[in-house]
Amino acid sequence: MSNNVSENSSIIKRANGAIIPIGLICILGFVWAVMVAARGVDPVIKPHAYMYIFAFALAIFALVYGVTKDKFVYNPYEYDDSVIKAGVIATIFWGVAGMLVGVIIALQLAFPQLLYSINLDWLNFGRLRPLHTSGVIFGFGGNALLATSFYVVQRTSRTRLAGGMWPWFVFWGYQLFLVIAGTGYLMGITHGKEYAEPEWYVDIWLTIVWVAYLSIFMMTLVKRKERHIYVANWFYLSFIVTVALLHIVNNLALPVDWLGAKSYSLSSGVQSAMTQWWYGHNAVGLFLTTGFLGMMYYFIPKRAERPVYSYRLSIVHFWTVIFIYIWAGPHHLHFTALPQWTQTLGMVFSIMLWMPSWGGMINGLMTLSGAWDKLRTDPVLRMLAVSVAFYGMATFEGPLMSIRTVNALSHYTDWTIGHVHAGALGWNGLVTFGALYCLVPWLWKKKQMYSVRMVEWHFWLSTIGILFYITAMWVSGIMQGLMWRAYTDFGFLEYSFIETVKAMHPYYVIRALGGTLFMLGMFLMAWNVWLTVKGKGDAHALGDDTPPAKKPSVSAIPELAHNLKQGA
Amino acid sequence: MSDNKNIDQHTGTETTDHEWDGVKELNTPMPKWWIGIFYISILWAVGYAVAMPAIPLLNGYTKGLFGWSDRVKVAEAIDEMHAERAVNAQALIGAGITQIENNPELLRFATEQGKALFGDNCETCHGKRGLGVVGYPNLNDDIWIWGGSFDEIKYSINYGIRAAHDDTRLSTMMAYGRDEILEPKQIDDLVQYVLQLSGQTSDGAASMRGATLFAENCTSCHAVDGTGSRENGAPNLTDAEWLYAGDAKTVRASIFDGRNGVMPNWNERLREEQIAALTFYVHSDLGGGE
Repeated sequence: MSNNVSENSSIIKRANGAIIPIGLICILGFVWAVMVAARGVDPVIKPHAYMYIFAFALAIFALVYGVTKDKFVYNPYEYDDSVIKAGVIATIFWGVAGMLVGVIIALQLAFPQLLYSINLDWLNFGRLRPLHTSGVIFGFGGNALLATSFYVVQRTSRTRLAGGMWPWFVFWGYQLFLVIAGTGYLMGITHGKEYAEPEWYVDIWLTIVWVAYLSIFMMTLVKRKERHIYVANWFYLSFIVTVALLHIVNNLALPVDWLGAKSYSLSSGVQSAMTQWWYGHNAVGLFLTTGFLGMMYYFIPKRAERPVYSYRLSIVHFWTVIFIYIWAGPHHLHFTALPQWTQTLGMVFSIMLWMPSWGGMINGLMTLSGAWDKLRTDPVLRMLAVSVAFYGMATFEGPLMSIRTVNALSHYTDWTIGHVHAGALGWNGLVTFGALYCLVPWLWKKKQMYSVRMVEWHFWLSTIGILFYITAMWVSGIMQGLMWRAYTDFGFLEYSFIETVKAMHPYYVIRALGGTLFMLGMFLMAWNVWLTVKGKGDAHALGDDTPPAKKPSVSAIPELAHNLKQGA
Repeated sequence: MSDNKNIDQHTGTETTDHEWDGVKELNTPMPKWWIGIFYISILWAVGYAVAMPAIPLLNGYTKGLFGWSDRVKVAEAIDEMHAERAVNAQALIGAGITQIENNPELLRFATEQGKALFGDNCETCHGKRGLGVVGYPNLNDDIWIWGGSFDEIKYSINYGIRAAHDDTRLSTMMAYGRDEILEPKQIDDLVQYVLQLSGQTSDGAASMRGATLFAENCTSCHAVDGTGSRENGAPNLTDAEWLYAGDAKTVRASIFDGRNGVMPNWNERLREEQIAALTFYVHSDLGGGE
């Protein structure tokens, strides 16, 4: 690329560089899948082999078609938004699906006969539960992170996404991972590790996709036209790097057969449990916290049109969060076979994590100073603000629950479920909704969403839904914990386990109601986004002459760009 | 940073003089309270780590100032509990009903313990308060397949029914249809006879034929008049109480496929005084006796 082309010139570039490596990956995958389809050693891996065959064959066909028809061309002076649009749609799809399954399993807990059939084992709670967690965390959350990180890194680096066709590989590869993982749960394939249930052949595929994602993100940062890396990108990068590390280490396993589904973890016993919760805790920390903080750090100042509150706070809380979070995993294993010294360390690191986590809340909320009045009129900004409030609440509750004496009551109870959903629905859900409501009109170049009133409804449905959910789980969880530890004066248990289960029934109904409200909000959003994309209602098309963001910079050298800006 | 500071109008704070896609950053200092609490939490963490087992070493780990150990504490607590219960537990082993009922403390000890044990071990199959579920007898009525005296209940709990124990209670309701001992038509006749035995409406002619079959195949366990026998754990077929159900379809299934419900032997899972407490609870609080 030359330094002295003007910003307006439209040069067509070909993205053929990525074709050969992507094609090779697909061909290798295809060959393995054909072998499994022919010689697979167990019946459950065969449907997956056919899915892989179908996906890779489709990919190879698309590559050949694209190359022969010269379809893989792009203008380097435009941002790569097509893959982000796909990511937004995928986020909504997985959100609808994952939340629907969530409501179903919430109802199954309240009414155990629901969808229970000996012959339809895939409808059982045990099969549907990982489908829900993976659907919302990796499907909804993961696609939201993928889409927003690609959007944010381009805008704040003023450069087009690196890698040509690779972002599309990451997008479709990630969807393939989700489909294989989800159908696997339904068939009963599980690695037995929470939030890491997929078996080895799904894990390897995700590793390939994730390394591609990391490379794209890093290469985009490398070719940035801004002198400094914006804070949102530090958070996104920490999320992508750490998730790669967590995923690989926790899933180290040896397949029983290279043509079969089953594998055994390399670690066993308490080491395996510790590895799992080092992973599980940091999936919360580096996936659901720092990843979404990246989202927060871009969309709140953008929407509020206010500067970020404190640059120093962002630096200090970034480094403290990522340094401290990684040690806090043992608090998931209090009062287990895990040695007590490890529990101590997990607990003290969790306490130290409190303020670093709150740094993000302070920066998010205080960025609104000067824009508080907008909360009244703009439901999108209100969603973003409330998400940060829930973030603050959940990151206070977390350290509290990690204290061993508190944990002695809360462990294994619904309080944990309530805590998780305060974070997942309140923080991850609302911040994603807010970001998507910003993104959709920007990406599809519309004046605004189809209906702001629907956004308003979505805000209230989800907020009230969350409140129902978490208050029900607080009451149920604390009651459950107290019932478990109630003794007669002879030291015999006051309540049998089944009595505690029965006592939770009304709260399970309230929880299902809260979840339903939240899900209805998600449905409204899907409808609203669909009509916005179609350009209905208030979603008038904007002309191409009013770009929502600055175009990528032409100059290849960041220093030069900086100097030019200084001179201008 | 350049000399001409960029001041934000609203807050009066300078910015860092950078802008990304229109987003700027203020150079606000970190809140004092935030730093303060952060330092306090670090100090607390260090203090707690010094006080408690915390730092891994080459061999072992730092034991902490107070030498606290969860495992030692739990073991102590369990020993203490056993010590506190020892007198009552000893009294309970081998005690009969009257001995328990005449000792108020022992009575409460047996009842509370029995209720807790029953809730966590027995209700899974026998249902809440032992009211019974299809295939798992109701323990509140006076109908006992293997006997409802204190000693008989204790024996059933100890050794189970068709359980993996040499002394378990054993009998077989054979699969007359599946194993082709009887013809399907014969089974239909037998069903009619069983309906007649229990006072339900039945086909007279079929029932007559069934009576002969019953005499040949069933009376060795269920007795000539169908009232069953305790030694063989063969239920009374003449009353209105059914372990599986008394309608024609279920009775046919029982005869066709046989019935061999299992209750585990608890003597390897529970201690002697726990079995005694459980027996007392089932006998006196639920529905032992005849």
